[in-house]
Amino acid sequence: MKHTISVLVENEFGVLTRVAGLFSGRGFNIESLSVAPTIDPSISRMTIVTSGDDQILEQITKQLNKLIDVIKVIDFTGQDYVEREMAMIKVTAEEKTRAEVLRIVDIFRAKVVDVTPRSFTVEVTGAPNKINALVELLSPMGIKELVRSGPVVLGRGPKAWRGTD
Amino acid sequence: MKKTGSKILLECLKLEGVDTIFGYPGGTVINIYDDLMDSPIRHILTRHEQAAVHAADGYARATGKVGVAIATSGPGATNTVTGIATAYMDSTPLVIITGQVPTPLIGNDAFQEADIIGITRPITKHNYLVKDVRDLARIIKQAFYIARTGRPGPVLIDLPKDVQIDTTTFAYPEKVEIRGYKPTYSGNLRQVEKAVRMILDARKPVIYVGGGASLTDASDELKEFAEKIQAPVTTTLMGMASFPRKHPLSLGMLGMHGTFYANMAVTNSDLLIAVGARFDDRVTGKAATFAPHAKIIHIDIDPTSIKKNVRVDLPIVGDLKDVLKKMIQKLGNSEEKLSETVQETSFWREEVAGWKSQHPMSYKSSESEIKPQFVIEKIRELTADDAIITTEVGQHQMWTAQFFDFMRPRTFLTSGGLGTMGFGLPGALGAQSAFPDRQVIDISGDGSFQMNSQELATLVQYRLPVKIAILNNNFLGMVRQWQQLFFNRRYSQTCMELPIDFVKLAEAYGATGLRASTPGEVEDVIRKGLETPGPVIMEFKVSREENVMPMVPAGAGLNEMVLAS
Ligand SMILES: Cc1ncc(C[n+]2csc(CCOP(=O)(O)OP(=O)(O)O)c2C)c(N)n1
Repeated sequence: MKHTISVLVENEFGVLTRVAGLFSGRGFNIESLSVAPTIDPSISRMTIVTSGDDQILEQITKQLNKLIDVIKVIDFTGQDYVEREMAMIKVTAEEKTRAEVLRIVDIFRAKVVDVTPRSFTVEVTGAPNKINALVELLSPMGIKELVRSGPVVLGRGPKAWRGTD
Repeated sequence: MKKTGSKILLECLKLEGVDTIFGYPGGTVINIYDDLMDSPIRHILTRHEQAAVHAADGYARATGKVGVAIATSGPGATNTVTGIATAYMDSTPLVIITGQVPTPLIGNDAFQEADIIGITRPITKHNYLVKDVRDLARIIKQAFYIARTGRPGPVLIDLPKDVQIDTTTFAYPEKVEIRGYKPTYSGNLRQVEKAVRMILDARKPVIYVGGGASLTDASDELKEFAEKIQAPVTTTLMGMASFPRKHPLSLGMLGMHGTFYANMAVTNSDLLIAVGARFDDRVTGKAATFAPHAKIIHIDIDPTSIKKNVRVDLPIVGDLKDVLKKMIQKLGNSEEKLSETVQETSFWREEVAGWKSQHPMSYKSSESEIKPQFVIEKIRELTADDAIITTEVGQHQMWTAQFFDFMRPRTFLTSGGLGTMGFGLPGALGAQSAFPDRQVIDISGDGSFQMNSQELATLVQYRLPVKIAILNNNFLGMVRQWQQLFFNRRYSQTCMELPIDFVKLAEAYGATGLRASTPGEVEDVIRKGLETPGPVIMEFKVSREENVMPMVPAGAGLNEMVLAS
């Protein structure tokens, strides 16, 4: 089963390696990982998508918490949260497919951010499922290159997770 | 007044109460070694950096204090790796200082540069690269704090040469503030109450003790707890000395080479109380059939130990001393129910006693050959209860665990988790340097001894009177045993074909060498060895193909124990 965890860490060099090393060293799986500083510049926030049964997930959260540089681990499994991912897709745009690409982009409320006679680069944000769907629809046109940010998440409601509480 | 990084380091060590450090000099720590000449801290020069870390480890295991080792960059640092991993697996509190090339050169493949931070990341509790001398005091303070609190472990500080030379005003922080590190010490009372209820309802309880009991010095609480509920106590290799072996409730060690009765008790128990143990595979055998009828209470300071290998019915995260004290107190509130329980469980203690008399720990004695177990028993007979025993890894280690009846905490120092051959001699060196007046004995095999035999020089130089008992079977005995039992007696590369004259080797270093070749000589050699001042090698030519029994074959359940080979 898939799980999304947010990890608040000290914004210091080597922390990413510690977290990544923990996953690889213990055979845990990382499907995606994104990281950037938070509003408090001394803290970075990682969003990790991983998979495994409950026991594995329990170990992952405990092991993460055990790292000295990890300030907080939030497992969003079973919670209400907003999840967004961004992708950029470079699609082949031949004479006869250009209109179709633009139509699909429009339906998905995506944006064309770069145009050449032979390609479009499409930017889209949304839940990972939405991006999957867009990718699927654009595939027949010929996807030349694809980059995804991996999802980031925030819990719904007024409660906020910060490093200091 | 401003101070150099190097002076700050030594000042901080002093403020942490460090009296002895173990190490080996080199280019990137030469400033520290220079300042060491003006410091009250005693430095012991081992003959290998691995041994320096093992010695610091032995010192820490024997005293409960943080052990400190120091090495130069590159090869000095990489030589510490096995020592650090050994300490990490057994949760020993250590601070290791390594020199590093100057910060502008880091990453350039400079002379004697190694990324020791990267290399030791998975085998330290935490590590630091100091990039600015102004961070140094804080980092050292944190390193000692992290090493000794929570589940202890080694912390490495990598100190570039320019940072040792740079100066800053020195102030040692009074408090440690690490927002990501707050170990839980106090056991949850509700969980404790639940545990007490489970104990009062149990009819076949067993207490299973790991290394945590020694790390937290919880032996007294453990004894009081066990006596109060009258439950038999089995220990892991690491828990061994935390519960007196001659106590009527003691079952000795469980697991692969555990006693028949300990393994039977665990297999038949209805409540297993795990105290600072981590259900290692050498303990559980096949995890699926481990303690199949038991509810499991698991008390540990490290939440990651809980539910890692086996299911747990009631976890209690906290310091063992605290949790055991609370349990004893809560049990005290239910005296009536407790005495009823103790009565109701008497048949269980009888059942366990039955297993004990059915298959006590034993071996076939011999008139003609020296049995290794006999040597262990004799050493036990002739040493004080507070003698510190270290071992290497192999058959001799298991025989020591099986036949040396440990009575006092922190008297048995052995590499349990990593199983490092070569730990025992430098480990003994470290313990002896902390306790110059106690008997310290390394029980060794001929194979393991040669992994760090150079430390004889250190023992002689510093007048550390460690006694080394080599059970010489001219084999890498433990591996040979597996080859005999599981590989059709094909002894591939386990026969130590070159006979070593260990007596002469001892003499070459200026130590004393003694040898026993027949059973009749054993006692004399031990007596003489213990009486002789200074380091002594006592070599015992033991029967070569003796096996450690009982044995649970790897992957089998504890109830599938083989009693004799
Ligand atoms: C550093 C290291 N290398 C290899 C091993 C694997 N190993 C475990 S026991 C053993 C044999 C030890 O032989 P010896 O020290 O003579 O003791 P004995 O078993 O004969 O008592 C070996 C090679 C180990 N534990 N540690």
